[in-house]
Amino acid sequence: MNKRFALAAALVSLVAAGALFAENTILINAAGATFPYPIYSKWFDVYHTKFPNIQINYASVGSGAGISQLLNGTVDFGASDGPMTDEQLAQAKIKVLHFPTVLGADVPTYNVPGVSTDLNFTQKALAGIYLGTITKWNDAEIANANKGVNLPSSDVVVVHRSDGSGTTYIWTDFLSKVSPDWAAKVGKKTSVNWPVGLGGKGNEGVSGLVKQTPGSIGYVELVYAVQNHMSYGKVQNADGKFVKADLAGVTAAAAGAAKSMPDDFRVSITNAPGATAYPISSFTWLLIPSQISDAAKRDAIKGFLKWMLEDGQGYNEALAYAKLPKPVIAKEEKAIGLIH
Amino acid sequence: MASALSTMDRAAPIRSGPRSFLRRLADGDQIAHLITLVFAASILLITTMLVYQLWIGSTDARHKFGWHFFFTTTWDPVAGDFGALPFIYGTLVTSALALLIAVPLGLGAAIFLAELAPRSISDGLAFLIDLLAAVPSVIYGLLGIFIVVPMMRLYIAPFLKATLGFLPLFQGPCYGVGMLTAGIVLAVMVVPFIVSVSREVLLSVPADQREAAMGLGATRWEATWKVVVPFARTGIFGSVFLALARALGETMAVTMVIGNDPKIAASLFAPGYSIAAVIANEFSEATGNLYVHSLVELGLVLFLLTFILNGVARLLIVATEQKGMSQA
Repeated sequence: MNKRFALAAALVSLVAAGALFAENTILINAAGATFPYPIYSKWFDVYHTKFPNIQINYASVGSGAGISQLLNGTVDFGASDGPMTDEQLAQAKIKVLHFPTVLGADVPTYNVPGVSTDLNFTQKALAGIYLGTITKWNDAEIANANKGVNLPSSDVVVVHRSDGSGTTYIWTDFLSKVSPDWAAKVGKKTSVNWPVGLGGKGNEGVSGLVKQTPGSIGYVELVYAVQNHMSYGKVQNADGKFVKADLAGVTAAAAGAAKSMPDDFRVSITNAPGATAYPISSFTWLLIPSQISDAAKRDAIKGFLKWMLEDGQGYNEALAYAKLPKPVIAKEEKAIGLIH
Repeated sequence: MASALSTMDRAAPIRSGPRSFLRRLADGDQIAHLITLVFAASILLITTMLVYQLWIGSTDARHKFGWHFFFTTTWDPVAGDFGALPFIYGTLVTSALALLIAVPLGLGAAIFLAELAPRSISDGLAFLIDLLAAVPSVIYGLLGIFIVVPMMRLYIAPFLKATLGFLPLFQGPCYGVGMLTAGIVLAVMVVPFIVSVSREVLLSVPADQREAAMGLGATRWEATWKVVVPFARTGIFGSVFLALARALGETMAVTMVIGNDPKIAASLFAPGYSIAAVIANEFSEATGNLYVHSLVELGLVLFLLTFILNGVARLLIVATEQKGMSQA
């Protein structure tokens, strides 16, 4: 009986301690994009050890779910791989601000029997392959950019993502910019009506299908390709140069676009100008309400944004995310003042 | 608590005639009746709420597309144009393929285990089969990707093209993933249900049925096939519907091997798409009411499909029963 009593007493004091602890803790809930989840969870974790009273919970439920949860007011802030549309912004009761956090990129990965070098892909070639107008690997559009490579005459098997994803948004955004046909027939979104091809679920589904299917081509996130030591092709940028994606090239693309950065940061940086810019790159954004009534929460979120732009960026490259360029950071630091 | 009740029982005098409500309450009859009634009603309630929610959640899509939703083949999230036909087709074809493979296999195995195999082997194997039914579907999906897909591309498809290639069903390029692959993986997933339930049903057929057949001079196989199996028919059908329900709703394993392309092709090698797979794939990133409502309406369609198929199946049971009786 004594033992039980002691146990009950311990339990009660534990609950009391928890309640006390909860009183001082600022709990912030966020939800959204899956692509930046590894870096976000790292940031929120580091920030929590710096400020133990601030706890940010992030649910990586996808950009679309992040936006709708923000609009419904079930989270304190959201996150998305694509900027919110004007229509979505109009639905928001409180004005939503976009804050770019890191950069990502898509790379073409392929499985062509007998080819072990990095292939060059012109913009026309990628658009043609995904539209289904280029159907053979030795098509002139591919062959002319890869002189000296012995390309087979086999069929091109197109692989794309089957799940809605920011990766697809970036890929179709790029194709929409470089091909009027694509823009007219397909367009850009997290899922589209693909003219041709097989769908794989997730980066792992696409890379799995590409590995298993001779003559196939697919696209995956740069982070995924780097972490899994996959080989991938070079893509022709707006200056006509073939660029192999790396973190510096992605940051260069963002810097190229920074000059024309709109005040709300809703900008696409695919096919950005600059000789070293990698053309299939994109920001990913945090979506923060411009009015936060709870003062403690507001200060915590503003504090986190400031830390993320300064110290937080130092964690990017270890996790294969590209850093924000300096002019963008300066502009964002000013925009933090808009949250009140 | 338990000891208190039993002392009360012992203390209660034995009465004849109808017992009072309070008495029945204390004895547990009424309580058991109420509790089980609530549980049964809650199932009805959950189903009703499910349909209601699917109905409300798909308002925009139902208003915009009406009945066309069932017959159009475009699925274009960019343009906001949605039709369910390729998904309905994919769901039905993969489930039908799965049953086509799984029913003979499962029934054969069940007959062997119940009627022909020694009891010790039968029980051991039945345990293993029950284990198979508990394997998560993502594991079957992985096995599908790493084993069935390459086998399909390298051996099965070339063989089918060489032998049955004159049929449009077996023409065209084979990428490994596709309708047939999904059907095969589903078949492997649903076989345990058929074997496990059918075996139990066959075992529960009274021994005098067999003995009577044998007594009339039937061989062991004749007794099994002509007497025991027809006797257990309803239960066997039940196992097939259970398998069908699992096949219709299967998501993960299907999306991993079906190719996820919403097109209707004559060839079974061609990639397709199923209702459950597209909902799982696109729901989390779907933005805009129409898109989300269209996905929810697909859920409603899947519910209807299951409902109709189950109804047809029940009619089938009734029909065969009457036929069986008139013959007898």
